[in-house]
Amino acid sequence: MDEQEFLEYVQAGGQVEVGDWMPDDYRSRLVKFVEMHAGSELMGVLPEREWILRAPTLQRKLALTAKVQDEVGHAQLLYRVVEDLGKPRESSLDDLLSGKAKFHNVFHYATASWGDVGVIAWLVDAAAIVSQKALLKSSYAPYARIMKKICWEESFHILHGRDVVLAMVTGTEGQRELVQEAVNRWWPPLMQFHGNPIPRDDDPMYVWRIKSQGNEEARQQFLEGYVPQVRELGLELPDPKLRRRDDGVWEYTEPDWDELRHVVTGHGPMSEQRLDLRRLARANSAWATQLLLAEAA
Amino acid sequence: MPVYEVFRQERKGQAFQHAGSIPAPDAAFAEAWAREQYGRRGESVALWLVPRDAIHEVEDFPDEFDLKYRRVDGYSIKSRLKEARERAGTAAPGDR
Repeated sequence: MDEQEFLEYVQAGGQVEVGDWMPDDYRSRLVKFVEMHAGSELMGVLPEREWILRAPTLQRKLALTAKVQDEVGHAQLLYRVVEDLGKPRESSLDDLLSGKAKFHNVFHYATASWGDVGVIAWLVDAAAIVSQKALLKSSYAPYARIMKKICWEESFHILHGRDVVLAMVTGTEGQRELVQEAVNRWWPPLMQFHGNPIPRDDDPMYVWRIKSQGNEEARQQFLEGYVPQVRELGLELPDPKLRRRDDGVWEYTEPDWDELRHVVTGHGPMSEQRLDLRRLARANSAWATQLLLAEAA
Repeated sequence: MPVYEVFRQERKGQAFQHAGSIPAPDAAFAEAWAREQYGRRGESVALWLVPRDAIHEVEDFPDEFDLKYRRVDGYSIKSRLKEARERAGTAAPGDR
């Protein structure tokens, strides 16, 4: 098989296994993509971790702890896929902590209240599951297979988030305000989340069918699914231009792509602090890694 | 670090399906990890942890002699069936 045949194979829906031949460009883009996904899962627990000790009830504390465990588990599965493609986990972690590898924009922002925890678990996870469901059809089969487990667990998280939001919007006026403020804070990053609307055939990740849908398709699917769910609670979305056209396409204010670039390159409000915490965690657990590696050697 | 391939069974009687893999220094560690990753919510009734080295993979199935008679696509009965019906004077079920 040469590169052209491989391209035609994956574009026709063909899937690739770990030991199969693949073009270098496919491998390196796949590594970068899955690594970014892994790093996002690992960094994504930090905003939530900040709220474990401040959760309003014991049940919420347990649920949030379980979610954090799930997300770290996803990172482990994803780093495993990357390892099999030839990049050791330690190198992936080096690149994450040095800022060379990126992670999703939404994990670079601060969480101001418990309302943010609900909005993150509901809407950030909803935006993520739109992308992740499309990865069930990834041309790289080991990635597609672990997405089954990941999507399954994400569906709990969305429900947990929605439950938190529902509890607050049916509570006091103050609780309701916390949710509205969180929605206002998270909406711009959420609209940036799926990336700029480049045509999917210009997106190498789509061309190789590492992902199976374009950025704008994902955003439209997110809006179609979740704008009505937000609005039915009487919450407002902070975009006067947001509306569904008669042909079903959602119109919205152009997201701030400069902000997205700035944030994902490590200049978000919390980028450095969160990376510092991750560095500290890695240093503190280095003894366990060493022990395991020594035992395996 | 050795790699264990994980196969999980969702319900008793169903086929085990490949779910992922985990690196672990030994089977006990692999088990502890696999329980967390694939059994935490009762989503599996059994797991098989198989050291990757133990898998003997076969993935080439040459068919030099075109053994079509072993498969359904080796039999095209349409024209024979038509002839047989004509001789018997019976119509196809759809035409009756």
